[in-house]
Amino acid sequence: MKGIKNIFAGPWGIVGVGIAIGILAPLLQKLGNPGNMGVCVACFERDIAGALGLHRAEIVQYIRPEIIGFVLGSLAAAYLFKEFRPRLGSAPIVRFVLGVFAMIGALVFLGCPWRAALRLAGGDGNAILGLLGLIFGIWIGTLFLRGGYNLGRTQQTHAAAGWMLPLFMAGLLLLMLIFPQVTGEAKSGVLFYSMKGPGAMHAPLAVSLVVGLLIGFLAQRSRFCTMGAIRDFVLFRQMHLLSGFIALIVTAFVVNFIAGQFKPGFAGQPVAHTMHIWNFLGMALSGLAFCLAGGCPGRQLFLAGEGDGDAAVFVMGMIFGAGIAHNFGLASSGTGVGPYGIPAVGIGFAVCLFIGLTMRKNIA
Amino acid sequence: MAKTIDARGLSCPQPVLMTLDEIKTGKADEIIVVVDNDASKENVSRAASSRGWKVAGIDEKDGVFNLTIRKG
Repeated sequence: MKGIKNIFAGPWGIVGVGIAIGILAPLLQKLGNPGNMGVCVACFERDIAGALGLHRAEIVQYIRPEIIGFVLGSLAAAYLFKEFRPRLGSAPIVRFVLGVFAMIGALVFLGCPWRAALRLAGGDGNAILGLLGLIFGIWIGTLFLRGGYNLGRTQQTHAAAGWMLPLFMAGLLLLMLIFPQVTGEAKSGVLFYSMKGPGAMHAPLAVSLVVGLLIGFLAQRSRFCTMGAIRDFVLFRQMHLLSGFIALIVTAFVVNFIAGQFKPGFAGQPVAHTMHIWNFLGMALSGLAFCLAGGCPGRQLFLAGEGDGDAAVFVMGMIFGAGIAHNFGLASSGTGVGPYGIPAVGIGFAVCLFIGLTMRKNIA
Repeated sequence: MAKTIDARGLSCPQPVLMTLDEIKTGKADEIIVVVDNDASKENVSRAASSRGWKVAGIDEKDGVFNLTIRKG
């Protein structure tokens, strides 16, 4: 196809990247990450919030090197292929708010779209409700997009502005190296660590970091996006990104099956609950927020790596959202939704609808 | 008749939506879409091709792409 010289952005490139992630994520689980959580951008950013003490849920505190790798891998790819473009100024505060509610919705479901796919590939039937909710939320978002919704234009800025989130991630890595986990200790220097629960389950640091870098690199080249996959299909009947997302699910299913990690059922799934309505609505809120913000949580990290300061603000919104989700009891657990999770989803929808209905200035 | 769409500073799906809207009006047989990121360049090219339009040329200058697409 003329106009596309980037091989990863071609039809086989995106499928190849989906396959690569579908192999790597279950392997990370095999090497220590929590069940059906080889990669979960929302959960991992929540763990980072916990490690920094922004919330004090003791079982989810760990600086996840995968997240650091996603941003720095994308940064490397962007520089290598001359695509690093520092830019910002497209309604950053709105993106922050969308990040907050995207995280709250994800923590009601217990996972981002990446994990919803991996949960399905691991046999967790509750993920079906989550994925249906994701589609529903994105569909609402496309109605706004058709109605002229947009967050306005970005502006070019100083390279240093584009470096802010990559530097923040490098700083987190440095903190991990200075204050490494000490067996049997809940704190090392300034960092909090989990002694039990999902936060205590992780692949070795170097493995997590290298896999994160690799996925970040590949995803920057291919523009891999789980929200965009569904959005583009709904809006344009465009299969491109969707083919990558489906490739991820099919591959992860095969790898899980071979690795003995495929356990079909609804009850007793790892880090999951069976409240179907809230699995659906949590992910619907998340999908709507991702759609209004222009990318899934992974894509936001990759965009931030290539210099998009607005995506960086969205990421910070998600980390902030994780803090309040646990401090306020909005996040679900294996037993069901948190005490204030249901009203939080309602508020989230109200806020997203307000944003979708009001931000439709003509950009032509 | 050529029509120019300025999609600088916008990220997808906006540049694609603007391009498809213009294609749908049926007024232009050549559209120049101005974008400033590679993802938008690829997405607009892909969307135009899927509607039977041809990417006639891409000029880049200082990170800004001028995509010329023509009715096939």
